[in-house]
Amino acid sequence: MDLEVKIRSRNIDFYYGKTQALKKINLDIYSNMVTALIGPSGCGKSTFIRLLNRMNDLIASARVEGNLMIDGVEINDPKTDVVDLRRRVGMVFQKPNPFPKSIYENLAYGLVINGIKDKKFIEMRVRESLEKSALYDEVKDRLHDNALMLSGGQQQRLCIARCLAVEPEIILFDEPCASLDPISTRKIEELILELKKEYTIVIVTHNMQQAARVSDYTAFMYIGELIEFDLTEKIFTVPKEKLTEEYLSGKFG
Amino acid sequence: MIVSSKTTKTRGFEFPNASGQKVLCSKNVSQAIGFTVLVLCIVFALMFLGSLIYFIVANGLSVISWEFLTQVPRRAMTQGGVAPAIVGTFYLTLGAIAFSLPLGLACAIYLTEYSPKSIAVNIIRLSINNLAGVPSIVYGLFGFAVFVKVFGFGVSILSGSLTLGIMALPGIISASQEAILAVPQSYKEASLALGATHWQTIKKIVLPTALPGILTGVILNVGRVAGETAPILFTAATFYTRGYPDSIFSEVMALPYHIYALMTEGTRPEVQTQIAYGCSLILLCLVLTISALAIILRQRQRREYGS
Amino acid sequence: MLEETKLIDAKKELVEYATLVEGMIEHSIKGLKEKDVQVLTKVIEKDEPRANELEIDMNERCISLIARHQPAGKALRTILMLLNISNTLERMGDHAVTICESALFLIEKPPVKPLIDIPRMAQIVIEMLKNTISAFVNEDAELTQRVCQMDNTVDALRDQILRELITFMASDPTTIERSLQLMKISSNLERIADLSTNICEDIVYIVKGKIIKHHFEEI
Repeated sequence: MDLEVKIRSRNIDFYYGKTQALKKINLDIYSNMVTALIGPSGCGKSTFIRLLNRMNDLIASARVEGNLMIDGVEINDPKTDVVDLRRRVGMVFQKPNPFPKSIYENLAYGLVINGIKDKKFIEMRVRESLEKSALYDEVKDRLHDNALMLSGGQQQRLCIARCLAVEPEIILFDEPCASLDPISTRKIEELILELKKEYTIVIVTHNMQQAARVSDYTAFMYIGELIEFDLTEKIFTVPKEKLTEEYLSGKFG
Repeated sequence: MIVSSKTTKTRGFEFPNASGQKVLCSKNVSQAIGFTVLVLCIVFALMFLGSLIYFIVANGLSVISWEFLTQVPRRAMTQGGVAPAIVGTFYLTLGAIAFSLPLGLACAIYLTEYSPKSIAVNIIRLSINNLAGVPSIVYGLFGFAVFVKVFGFGVSILSGSLTLGIMALPGIISASQEAILAVPQSYKEASLALGATHWQTIKKIVLPTALPGILTGVILNVGRVAGETAPILFTAATFYTRGYPDSIFSEVMALPYHIYALMTEGTRPEVQTQIAYGCSLILLCLVLTISALAIILRQRQRREYGS
Repeated sequence: MLEETKLIDAKKELVEYATLVEGMIEHSIKGLKEKDVQVLTKVIEKDEPRANELEIDMNERCISLIARHQPAGKALRTILMLLNISNTLERMGDHAVTICESALFLIEKPPVKPLIDIPRMAQIVIEMLKNTISAFVNEDAELTQRVCQMDNTVDALRDQILRELITFMASDPTTIERSLQLMKISSNLERIADLSTNICEDIVYIVKGKIIKHHFEEI
């Protein structure tokens, strides 16, 4: 299979004020693959994916060095349009965070802010993204109910749908199942496997088993460093690094 | 190891006499005393509130009538109604909202969303908080000096509204700031992550979510200033008008000032005192209604946004 | 779900593997009967390496399934037994190769006696393996019982062949070398039959979750 590099990270250093959170991260993320970032708390995995849509810009003291390219284009370049970048790189957060609006408005929001006014088009896109996120059948009769009435798992799928509505190329999942029950978690995982056909997916997870189940590639990080990156199969059966082995067998973390 | 029958040993630490009643007793007694004191304090506070309401209702109810609410005062305020004062207070309050809501909101948005973290901004914040502590009569003087004299608005609804608005401003700003800060960071992140600009996020997500909180703040603060006398003393209020104000440059009667006037001037104190109680009752009802409105809004907000 | 498809693929591969081994046994006896060197060498040179390949592949599949999907319950039992069964199949394959080697020696020489019992034994062994495969596919615990009963027939046949060969060897020492090879073939066939019953035990474990090794009558 031909692997096409979607995201290329070269010597990425990241600082929160004076604390260095990422050290010389070199990582290639392939198109239409699920890449999982695992590692103990504070290893920098969330920090890393928040670099990919420049969410870290919100933190005043943050500073990045190194090259981070999507499709070969440097994203930290001052000329990069952050707003457009964020549309292309969607993000699903740890806690489901639908807006306190109706299901429909939640989904239409991304389109409206991107200047789309055609009602028919919006309606069509809303339906499409709900179908893609396997939520349509559950909510089709109550599109105008408040999204906060949905269960946690449904809310998270709604957030995924909201993200799909603006047609991103990459979807970042920041511990998407951290607050969900096992059945909802399973549904999200199945969805991720389905979505990788069309999108490039990066998922941060605390749950090693989840990484093992859904990802094609796994990166293990430890205190700001990338320790090992390989096919998930290899990482979970024959890791090369002793640290990875120890983490996977529960010796720390 | 010998375990004494009167002590229980847990890892070398001796509880003083677990079976002895003394310790237990003194603990319970001190709790009972503390609790009683707290209850007494509450009863005391409620007593004052209750007697205040009772006093005003008991004295004021007798003068309240349809005529009282709808007629202009006659015969040196001893007869007729207080309708112009009610209307005046209404206009002043409305004016104060019209002035302080947009201004306060804009300040709050700037301070929470846009201001850089600098000493200057901190000083601004501190000043706003301090403004809330300035005595109301000082506002009155300020309003007189600036709006009545410098701007030449004269003693008018406009001057009074502006003065009341400025007085409500610090409260509105801090309440709005709180409401905006209470909007979960996750909503903003979600919006930004979808490719919204900062301004779109504020306009479409932050403000609608914070709106009930902001409105609550506005209503409570305006309700508070609506009952003030001092700020309108030199800026808007007049002792007596024949009819209703016809423009924002007219002087008006207002309930608080009317009460003040009834109690300090005139020739028939017994009758006037009665009317003053009536006015107080109306004012009280007005302010309570406004507060109730705020509470209802807040409840609705809680129900809608969970948490 | 992906995990299930992967498990089904692994099961399919196991059936393929078992069919290959069954063919190896069949060919080893066919080669012996028809004195066909080509058939015999094909088993040794082509089928055996393929069998080894399949065993390693099965191992990898199972390890990956366990590492990535943390199976539980029946899925876990199935995966563990897939490992076990593929291991057993590999040993069966080895036995088939041994039979081929003996056959290659025997077909060069005049027969000790007409081949009757060994092909019959082989037929039963192959029947056993076929039944085992279909028991695995259909998760049929009843059928495994029948396989185990057939094992008794195989044991009896082996004993009968042994006694017969001993008489030959006693009367004519020149037949000893050939007789020993025939004995080897019958022992190998018997081992294969035993291994079939082992697979049957694994199948019962998959279906019922009961470990029935060493006291089969109790089911």
